[in-house]
Amino acid sequence: MVRLTLNGSPVEVEDGSTLLDAARLYGIPIPTLCHDDGLTPYGACRLCVVEVGVGKLVASCSTRAAEGMVVRTNSQWVDRARRLLLELYVATSPQSKRIQDLASAMGVRECRYEAQHEDCIQCGLCVRICNEQMMAGAIGFAGRGKSRHVSRPFEQTSELCRQCGACLYVCPVCELRCQAGTAETALCNGCLNFAPACFKTYDDAMCFLEPCHACELAGPFRADARTSLRAATTAR
Amino acid sequence: MLHVESATMDETLAQFDDRRANLIPILQEVQATYSYLPEDVLRRVSRKLKVPLPQVYQVATFYRCFSLKPRGKHVVQVCLGTACHVRGGTRILERVETETGLTDVGTTADLEFVVETVRCLGCCGLAPVMRVDRDVFASLEQSKVKSVLNRYRAGGLKRPARKGGSRG
Amino acid sequence: MADHIIPHITDLEALERYAIHGRASLYPERTKIMVGMATCGRAAGAEEVLEAVRESIEERHLDYAVAETGCIGWCSQEPLLDVWVPGRPRVTYGRVKPKQVREIIGSLPIPRTDLALAVMTGDDNPVTGRYHSYCNGDDGRVDGVPSYSDLPLFRRQLRIVMRNCGIVDPSSLEEYAARGGYRSLWHALFSRTPVEVLAEVLTSGLRGRGGAGFPTGRKWQAVRDAAGGPKYLICNADEGDPGAYMDRGVLEGDPHSVIEGMIIGGYAMGAHEGVIYVREEYPLAVARMSEAILQAERADLLGKNILDSGFSFHVSIAKGAGAFVCGEETALIASIEGRVGEPRPRPPYPSEKGLWGKPTCINNVETWATVPVIVSRGGEWFSHIGIGKSKGTKVFSLVGNVANTALIEVPMGTTLGDIVNEIGGGIPAGRICKAVQTGGPSGGCIPAEKLDIPVDYESLAQAGSIMGSGGMIVMDDRTCMVDIAKYFLGFLEDESCGKCFSCRVGTQRMKEIVTRIAAGKGREDDLRLLEDLAWLVQETSLCGLGNSAPNPVLSTLRYFRDEYLAHIRDHRCPAKVCKELITYSIDPAVCNGCGACVSLCSGKAILGEKKKLYRIEQAQCTKCGACLESCKFDAVLVN
Repeated sequence: MVRLTLNGSPVEVEDGSTLLDAARLYGIPIPTLCHDDGLTPYGACRLCVVEVGVGKLVASCSTRAAEGMVVRTNSQWVDRARRLLLELYVATSPQSKRIQDLASAMGVRECRYEAQHEDCIQCGLCVRICNEQMMAGAIGFAGRGKSRHVSRPFEQTSELCRQCGACLYVCPVCELRCQAGTAETALCNGCLNFAPACFKTYDDAMCFLEPCHACELAGPFRADARTSLRAATTAR
Repeated sequence: MLHVESATMDETLAQFDDRRANLIPILQEVQATYSYLPEDVLRRVSRKLKVPLPQVYQVATFYRCFSLKPRGKHVVQVCLGTACHVRGGTRILERVETETGLTDVGTTADLEFVVETVRCLGCCGLAPVMRVDRDVFASLEQSKVKSVLNRYRAGGLKRPARKGGSRG
Repeated sequence: MADHIIPHITDLEALERYAIHGRASLYPERTKIMVGMATCGRAAGAEEVLEAVRESIEERHLDYAVAETGCIGWCSQEPLLDVWVPGRPRVTYGRVKPKQVREIIGSLPIPRTDLALAVMTGDDNPVTGRYHSYCNGDDGRVDGVPSYSDLPLFRRQLRIVMRNCGIVDPSSLEEYAARGGYRSLWHALFSRTPVEVLAEVLTSGLRGRGGAGFPTGRKWQAVRDAAGGPKYLICNADEGDPGAYMDRGVLEGDPHSVIEGMIIGGYAMGAHEGVIYVREEYPLAVARMSEAILQAERADLLGKNILDSGFSFHVSIAKGAGAFVCGEETALIASIEGRVGEPRPRPPYPSEKGLWGKPTCINNVETWATVPVIVSRGGEWFSHIGIGKSKGTKVFSLVGNVANTALIEVPMGTTLGDIVNEIGGGIPAGRICKAVQTGGPSGGCIPAEKLDIPVDYESLAQAGSIMGSGGMIVMDDRTCMVDIAKYFLGFLEDESCGKCFSCRVGTQRMKEIVTRIAAGKGREDDLRLLEDLAWLVQETSLCGLGNSAPNPVLSTLRYFRDEYLAHIRDHRCPAKVCKELITYSIDPAVCNGCGACVSLCSGKAILGEKKKLYRIEQAQCTKCGACLESCKFDAVLVN
């Protein structure tokens, strides 16, 4: 067992646990984009950074817990890093619901970059699921730096691809954000706007997607709306 | 050079044993022999070393010294290291592009030259520098570029062969 | 060269026989002509000079020895030719043209002093601590020619790593032995235990010369203590920093020094296999090192039973394939293993889990080359050189806008100003020094006002830069610092492995912003954005490349902020470099119509009449600058 200090509390975890494992064991949420429990940790998205000691940020998914570590998952630095990262992610792929939700949850209210509309953030989930879970190994990364991309060998359809769709399933950019077709700005902030898209047309919440923070924070399920809703239903 | 003679390929590959660690040396040998990495050779290497093709492809596209397309006959590498940059390396590159009719790095239409950039040949003391095939030219000026390239053009001036030094 | 002597060295006597042969060729009884044949020499035309030497000697049926040598470091004077009459000082000629060779050789045995650059009256041997004088009796001074020890370029240098470069023939094991080579190995294997050897390295205070400056002794200790095996040694000769070629100088000029250092390291740490990873852009270095390895193997200095001691060590070469990131230790290891050069997070460090998952010690070329000297003179001796926590000497490639572009080796603590102005000879063409860039793309620019800082790990870090591998690029007032930041970001953007988001996307966005600023399209809040991005990339990247990628931007912002602001607010490039903000024109008062600029103009923008006056048509001008370069009358103006 390894003993460390997590957000001020002394905790114990099994040998070989990562800091992400430790946080989850103790119910502390850490946002991630490239992590999946069924796949090997990758460490590419950098969203899961936590502060170890003073001023050193490490990716919690790929850092082993070590005896005596002092870890903080929500310090000012971590907060700043996550917000700056999400601002960049929003600019890279503004059409992604996952990214927009994460951005709103972190309170990102401005996006100072031009939208790029990339359909890939190179989180590597598709490559890893294809290799490790589906055992097909049909796709991989190619190129380097700016030109790095997910591809099939020679950019041709691979004989190894069984068209299982696992890559689509696991991709965080595939699912489109609430305002997908009507987006005017890179940053959606739908959750933080006081007019969720469905409410323009309908009286009640009409999207059947997992409610994003919009409904929780600003939409029909917010505290003051619930009171008036209750009043309205009672009146009926 | 689109179809690779199987016999020569056999010879080349037979020099190496089947360890994963030989992947890059094998690709370097193929690149040196054919001036690029043909698709069927990469497939053979994948089978020989039992390395999945996507991984072979990833290595082939990661490192700058590999090319998946045939390159021009003469390889012109303009150095864009810091010392060369400070002494006008970008201007030399532009001049080379002008002289070869290119608008960016790449192979000329007649496949005579391929123009590339390289970040440091280690001749920084004599910047700016450029290399054509195995010959290095230093202390360049824009006015000298044309004559350097002419030496290599078909029908160019005969020059004494430079001996020694570089690996064969 | 040594085919006739019995190769296997099994005792000190046999090593001494090699040394005797080496001395005979190093200091022969007949006149010797030496030509510097390292890559920069060849680039300057040394091959033609060597040919002319051979022809001259044959013509006159002279019984002279002809030898090739490596880099003595006087790059701005290549090709270098040295004439060595026995009992007399060695006379150096610089910028030699083939047609001058006949005159130089023709005048011997009295050397032509009017064409000479300098004379060398003897050489130091840091391995033995002895000075060998070339002259019988007198001090060897020659009228009218400075001696090396008088020249500002050389008198402050202390050549430990470069001890044999420019002196020995790099393809001669005998000459290496004549200079005390492989004696330290002998001493280590037969008079010292591995622990004692390690202790010397610890005492010396040697720090990794590749850039990070980690105490070498501690790294060796960690590898020695690590569980599991077999253990590996790696020599990092990737030298990716553009502008840095110290390692090339050593590999081409004295490859055996690296081999000897590695064998000693293997003995100290319990490793029996080494890999030398050389960048593929250095074909001559690969050739010289391959040759040296073969020679060492034939002499039983490498292999199963070294010097009959029972210790075995093998070394092989792995070539890089064109990726700067492979200079990072975990990426380098991945490359040797046949994978892409993607760094992985540390811990675990290579000393625990390195090549093939085994304990591995990676050190830079300079670090390995220093080891034999530490073993022969002692760690204590070494620790007296240098300053503070930076012991010993460091090799630098002093390049850019400086008079003496050279490969130099100075004690740590020498000031930057002394290096640029005294050793480097100052800024040529009457210009002023603006900044000195150290540490390559991971480093920063030190402004001229701070040139009095000593060159050591801590002082450079405090000034916002790093020691790095040793590239030192001098920039004069014609350099635009925004352009420099743009240059480095372009480099990093290409070379980033691309795996982690912060580095891949962060460097691209930083480059976009700086490019905008350089083009005069910057906005007021761009600087704040740049600083936020720089912080993000520095703090959240996965590896050292990413962590240090913002350094060039941060240091130029720190010291040259007003230059950025001039680009943003005034749409002006003070150094007159950024193309979108300058125009070229011809001064009608000065132009005499010679037409030298017309043929070179890449945009065919120069119009006018020959022998009368020319002007530049702005719409066609591509800003190539060829006109400025070719005008001998200073008629071209940059506004």
